[in-house]
This record gives sequence, C-alpha cells and structure tokens, in this order.
Amino acid sequence: MQLTLWTYEGPPHIGAMRIATAMKGLHYVLHAPQGDTYADLLFTMIERRDARPPVTYTTFQARDLGADTAAIFQDAVAQAYERFRPQAMIVGASCTAELIQDDPGGLARALDLPIPVIPLELPAYQKKENWGASETFYRLVRTLAGGTPTPRDGRRPICNVLGPTALGFRHRDDLVEITRILGALGIDVNVVAPLGATPADLGRLGAADFNVILYPEIARAAGLHMQKTFGQPMVETVPIGVQATIRFVEEVAAVAGVDPAPVLAGAPSRLPWYSRSVDSTYLTDKRVFIFGDATHALAAARVAATELGFKVVGLGTYTREFAREVRAEAALHGIEATITDDYLDVEAAIQAAQPELVLGTQMERHIAKRLGLPCAVISAPIHVQDFPARHSPQMGFEGANVLFDTWVHPLMMGLEEHLLGMFREDSEFHGAAAPSHLPRHGVEAPVAVEAASVPAPAPASLDPILVTWATDAEKELKKIPFFVRGKARANTERFARERALPLITVETLYDAKAHFGR
Amino acid sequence: MNAHAPIPTLDAGCDIRHERGQRAVFCGLTGIVWLHRKIQDAFFLVVGSRTCAHLIQSAAGVMIFAEPRFATAILDERDLAGLVDANEELDRVVRRLIERRPDIRLLFLVGSCPSEVIKLDLSRAAQRLSRSFHPDVRVLSYSGSGIETTFTQGEDACLAALVPEMPRAPETGAPALLVVGALADVVEDQFARLFADFGIAEVAFLPARRAGALPAVGPDTRILLAQPFLADTARALEARGAERIAAPFPLGSEGTTGWLRAAADAFGVPAERFERVTAPGRARAAVALDLYRDRLADRRVFFFPDSQLELPLARFLSREMGAELIEVGTPYLHRQHLAPELALLPAGTRVVEGQNLDAQMDRCRAAKPDLTVCGLGLANPLEAEGLATKWSIELLFTPIQGYDQAGDLAELFARPLKRRARLEV
Repeated sequence: MQLTLWTYEGPPHIGAMRIATAMKGLHYVLHAPQGDTYADLLFTMIERRDARPPVTYTTFQARDLGADTAAIFQDAVAQAYERFRPQAMIVGASCTAELIQDDPGGLARALDLPIPVIPLELPAYQKKENWGASETFYRLVRTLAGGTPTPRDGRRPICNVLGPTALGFRHRDDLVEITRILGALGIDVNVVAPLGATPADLGRLGAADFNVILYPEIARAAGLHMQKTFGQPMVETVPIGVQATIRFVEEVAAVAGVDPAPVLAGAPSRLPWYSRSVDSTYLTDKRVFIFGDATHALAAARVAATELGFKVVGLGTYTREFAREVRAEAALHGIEATITDDYLDVEAAIQAAQPELVLGTQMERHIAKRLGLPCAVISAPIHVQDFPARHSPQMGFEGANVLFDTWVHPLMMGLEEHLLGMFREDSEFHGAAAPSHLPRHGVEAPVAVEAASVPAPAPASLDPILVTWATDAEKELKKIPFFVRGKARANTERFARERALPLITVETLYDAKAHFGR
Repeated sequence: MNAHAPIPTLDAGCDIRHERGQRAVFCGLTGIVWLHRKIQDAFFLVVGSRTCAHLIQSAAGVMIFAEPRFATAILDERDLAGLVDANEELDRVVRRLIERRPDIRLLFLVGSCPSEVIKLDLSRAAQRLSRSFHPDVRVLSYSGSGIETTFTQGEDACLAALVPEMPRAPETGAPALLVVGALADVVEDQFARLFADFGIAEVAFLPARRAGALPAVGPDTRILLAQPFLADTARALEARGAERIAAPFPLGSEGTTGWLRAAADAFGVPAERFERVTAPGRARAAVALDLYRDRLADRRVFFFPDSQLELPLARFLSREMGAELIEVGTPYLHRQHLAPELALLPAGTRVVEGQNLDAQMDRCRAAKPDLTVCGLGLANPLEAEGLATKWSIELLFTPIQGYDQAGDLAELFARPLKRRARLEV
C-alpha cells in the first residue's frame, strides 16, 4: 500500500487507451465499473480531441457482481462490434474487473468475431500507464504485423516511425519534425504507428527497411519484436537536443545507406549560436534539477550540461523500467539518480539539491512554484498546457530551438540581470521591484517578487540547527542584488550550519561567499 | 448491452423511462473534490487503486494544490495476495499521513471499487484507527466506489457517515431546522440570514465547516435537503428521529421560494413575514434572470445523466427561462425526494433514469438540441459535432443556489450560446 498524493502515471489500461485512441479502426472493450469512464476526459478535455476515445466500458455495478458480469462483457463486445465495425479489437480489464477474473480474452474469443480480437493482460496492481501502452502496442504488432521488404534495386529507402501515441508529450509535433528530417534524407515513411495507423497498416509494417523508435518506453518492445521477426534494424537514438539529432541523422543515414551531409549542412538549429552568444554566459553552471519520464529526463540532462552549460545537480525519473540508464547518466554528472514515483520524495530531493532551475513535470512545476524556483515542463504527466496551439516539438533541430527558449526564458535574462544590478539604487529598480518580465498584476505577482528575493524557508527536517542573522549582517545582505540574494542567504546559512555557527555576522557572510565562489 | 425496452410510466405527468447499458458518469470519489474544500479540517484518504488516484487528479483538473487534503492509499499486489496484512499496511499509511498533517481533525477512509470487491472492512479499520488517534483525530469511513455510487452519491455517502457522529439533540418540543447538503459558504450565509429573518431560531447546516462543529439531531429536527442526491443521508437522519420537509430544490428563484416556503410553513412563519423577507431576493433574482431570458427562451435542451441535479435544473430552465426540454437524463431518480420537482416539470417531459450511452448519443444527435448538458468527457466530442454544451461538473463547483445566484445559474447555461454567437472563426 503506497500513500500517494499525486501520480505520475495512470494505471496500465490508460496506456492501452492511449494506443487505441491514437489508432483508427481499432476498438477497445474495457471491462470496468462506471467510474473508470473518467478516462474519456483525458483525451477530450486535456488533449482536446474531437471524438470520444474508441472505448466501450462495460460499467458493471455492485448488483451485477452476484449475477453475470461475464454476460455483460460479452454483450458489450458484440454490440461494440456491431456499432463500430472495427478492423480489430483489443479487450481487457481495469483494476476492479481484474479482481473478478472474468477472462475477457476467452469471453471475446467465444464470440468468434470475424476480426482479430487481441486480449490484453495488464496487471493493474503491478504495472503502470507507459508499460500498459508498450505492452498493448507490442501485442498489436505481434498479432497484426506482416509483409516483407521489396528488394532495394534503386528504390528509395523506407522506414516505420514507432512510438507516438494519443496524450503523448508533444508527440504530435515531434512527428512533424522527424518526418521532415526523414524526407530531407530521401527516406520514405511506410507506417507511423500507433498515431494515425489502422490495424491494416500494422499489417504492412514488415515492408519497411528499418524502424525508428521515438519513445522507447512505448515502442522499444515492439521494435525488438520486429527486429527478430523481420530482421529490421532499429534506430533508437532519441533525437532531443542538437547533438542527439545529429547522431540520429547519422544513424538513420547509415542504416538507410544515404548521405547525411545535406541535412547536417549549415546551421540547422539556432541553439549552438544562442548558447555561445555572450548574453548566455550567465547560464554557466546554473544549477538544474531534472525529473521526468526516462526519455525526456535523459535527454534533458545531456542537453542541459553540454548544450546550455548548466550544472546538473539532480536527475531522476518515475520510469522504473529505465532506472539503469538514468542511474548511469546521473553518475556522469557525479550525482545519484532519484528513481521514484513518490511526489514527496521528489520534493525532498529538489529541496536538498538547491537548484536554480527545475526541469520537470507539472508536479515539479508546483513544487518549484512553492519553493520560488523557475521551472520548465519537459515531460508527461500531461496537462492541457502541454498541447499548445503552436508547433512546439521537443525533437529535431526545431525541437532544440524550442528547448533553448522554454528552458532559458524562466531564468532571468542575463543582460537584464546585469542592468538591474547597475541601476539597482534607482527608484524604478529598487531592491523589491520585480524584474519587468515577471507578471506584476494578479495573484502571481507577489509570488514572483518572493521568488526573486527570498527563498522559501527550508523545511524543519532539513534545517535542524537554527541560525540567526546579526542585524549588520542582515543589512549587508540587503546590499547584495536581490536576484542573487536568495542564493547568498541560503549559502551563508548552509555554511553557518555546517560549522555550527549560531550567529551569522558580516564576516560569516563573506567567508561563505569566498567558500562557495561566484 | 442489457438495454431494456423503455417502459414509459406516467408519473406526475412526466414520461419516465429506464435505461441500462454503458454509462458515462464519474464515481462517488469525485465528491471529494468539493467536500474537502467544504470541511476545512478533514482529510479524505481513498483506499483503492492507481485508477482511483488518477481519477481524482484528472477529474478535478486539480493539479493546483501543492499538497491537497486528499490522497490515495494505492493497493498493490502484495496487499491483494495477502502477503501483507492490508489492515497493518493501512495503519502504517494513516500514521504517516497524520504525522505529516497534524492539522487534520477528521479523516475519512473512502472505499473504492477494489476495496469493496476484496471486502476490505474500512468501517472496522476506521473504528480501530479512531481509538488509536483519540482524541486528536476522528476516523470515519464511507464508500465512493463506482460499483455502488454515481458521482454526487459520494457526497450522500460521506454525509450519511457523519450522521451517527452527530450529537443527540435534547427533546424540547421546539423544532430546529437542519439544512442538509454541501453549499458554498456564501450561499449558506445567505440562507442563514433569511431563516433568521423568518424568526427561525435554531438553524444548522450539514456538513459543518469544521469537523468539530457537527450539528445535533433528534426528534425535534426538521431536515431541509439542499441537494437532490441525499437519499442515504436523509434516511439516516430520519432513523434518528428527524422529519424531512418535502420541498423543491433551491435552484432558480421559483425553486428557492418553494424551498424556503416549505421551511417557513413547517416553522409556522406567517405568510406576510415570508413575503416581506423574501421580496428583496425575489426582486433581485427577477432582474438578474431577465438578462438571460432572451438567450435561453425557446432553446431546446437535452440533459445527459450526471449529477442528479438534472431535474431541478430542467425545471428552472423550463419554467423560469422558457426553455424547451427534449430529454432529462438522470443517473438515479429518487421519486419521493424529487416529487415536488416532477410536479413542476411540464406535462409529458421525457425523464430517463439510468443510461445507455451510445443510444442516448444517437437520440441527442437526432434531436439537434440548442444546448446539451453533459459530463466532461462528452462535451468536446458533441461540440465538434456542432452541438453547444454545458459541462455539468461546473454546476457542482459554482455557487448556484438561492436568489442571489439565480442569475449566475442562468448565465452558466447562457454562456455557451453567447460564445457561439460571438465567435466568428
């Protein structure tokens, strides 16, 4: 039993719904009580889809439990087939139906429908959403994939793009970028799946020369199966960031036997120059804490460290399936990875790491808000804000541009910081004035001022020794520009605590400054 | 599935049908979202699955409170396989929770579909935990499971769980009024002022804003339901001697007047005093409703079943705003509590209890209503098909009862129509 305030992932049948909703011509019959129908709104409200997910819920009730829930399930399957006439169906149970053990697969098979009906075993008390998506996609591919590649003789290379789903973090936009890159390389796309694919399309998967795996959490299992069955190589590099995108282009080109040079020529992303631009020097060693699904957290760590010059002080994921990879990446940054799906653990890790920027999920956004830290969202769990009206990919060269903007803008702009420091005694720029790019109106404004000037008090558990500021030291602290004052205060207090100094004097302040540097 | 042929029965002039089949409604856990705001020192711990946690988080769209006063104790494989004693695990989770939140005075263990199916006895667990945390924290339990409860029935189950905790009212022979059902504080205060102006001395509200302020109940208690979904709570109060005052529900000016009048009559308030006290509110409501009548008059409205507020809302739209009712769905129809509402609906109104989703969507599409009131999951698909919708969960989160909210209630229905008229893209 786990105490959970917020969850990073839904149950595994939500993962199956993400596959079913992404596809066309597929229907999912889910043995589940009425409350489980909330899942519709994930797709229709958060993603703003214009149709109900292709899901029929049996919505059995307590009074049915003594009677025949199996018959309810069979009726639901038969009626869903009649009404929707899908090319294929998936059937399974949600957490409650799993307990009553009705065997949806067997019941559906007994109906002898003239279409493939694929049973899903998604253990709701062990597994979670991404695993459910991966397993569902794998089952579909295993059952439906067919076809063989035609001989190359002169034709353009063709590949499948695997991984994008409904309710995926920027999957819609990533797919546009990746398709553009493949097109520029002279490679045709055979099937994109699951997003937009029909069961019949899955039947043509084998015709491709190779597979591009965009989101390993979802498509790696299916990719491995096709590698084994059809001998199709996989390209697994996740093209998030400039270097990863270059690597991706080179790998794809090598597998396809095409020349990557034209695509890599010139300056396909603005990120490298923007990072080298002198106004970005203030980004150097910005302490950043990163948490998300494994794909996005791993990529973010690499981009943050090597493409923006940040210092990665925290890295973690809720994707236990990829814990090994995340631990290895964390070791490269000299830190220990936070592998957890407990929001409270993540909060504690953020507080302990004292970052200046948080790259996380919507949950970390709230933690950061509370701690007065800037934050950018890099990963699911999904939120209505993660479906912007504009094109906003994470992958490819344009994706790298988006990363630069969305990670850097929450930080104070370097030149503005510098000018504020110069003019800080002027009335417009007095110590308590908020930077002009932060909101001045509405309820957010006071929080923003707080954020820039005073760090949130550390919780009692992290602050066992109480330190006091002498009046003159407090005055001296106020002379420090407000945008670095919070850090100066925190560092000085940490310095005093570590040395068990009960009173912070002006000397302590400067001793601490010398000790920590910058 | 299991769709019965509709058997029309004429009841108080309405054409009442029953449907069975796929439903698209929330379960009772959803009530936590407004109940935890109402009872300010209560915490709601769902004992359930990851789905339960995901539901509350998603349905409420509430990733806004950094640390909310609700959480889920997620059952895992070990709990189900009996490898660990689920009760010991629950005690451990509750201890951790209470250590973290010493401000909590009342803890609800909320049952879910999985906890019901594995027959985890939460009422015994609540008694045990109550003893161990006495006197700092009281622990109660109720079921919000989707196999037992639909959406607003979660509030009913929660309030019913409070009833045994209510102190016994001394028998004085003088009646005392108990208003039952969660109302926004602002609405509660308005009603309290009106009852005071009527001269009704003893007025209390359930739920109270603080866990320790539970009202008393006894044979002198007269209960006035503020919400139409409180069957179990009313039954539990009646079992403690209270008498229910039959009334329409306080939605719209007419509903509010009917509701207040039922109480006033039960307490012997002179007609002249009733008129004098309610006149200003009625006058303000009339002005406020006039603003939206053009927008709503003659509009054809279709209600999907969702909150059990459908009947009073339909009555309001039809009688006060001049709308035409195509179909009024409700997940459950309490004939007795809703009798005054059924009597006010236009003769022949089609009321459908229960749901068969696909068939109902077909009827809705065929009817092409001007406004469709439905759950959150259906709203955008129907909008995309060209139907204007009002998603009904907002009717639970917004203060809509009483004279001074009648205009707000009309505005909630008028807004989607106004927006459609406004947009040129």
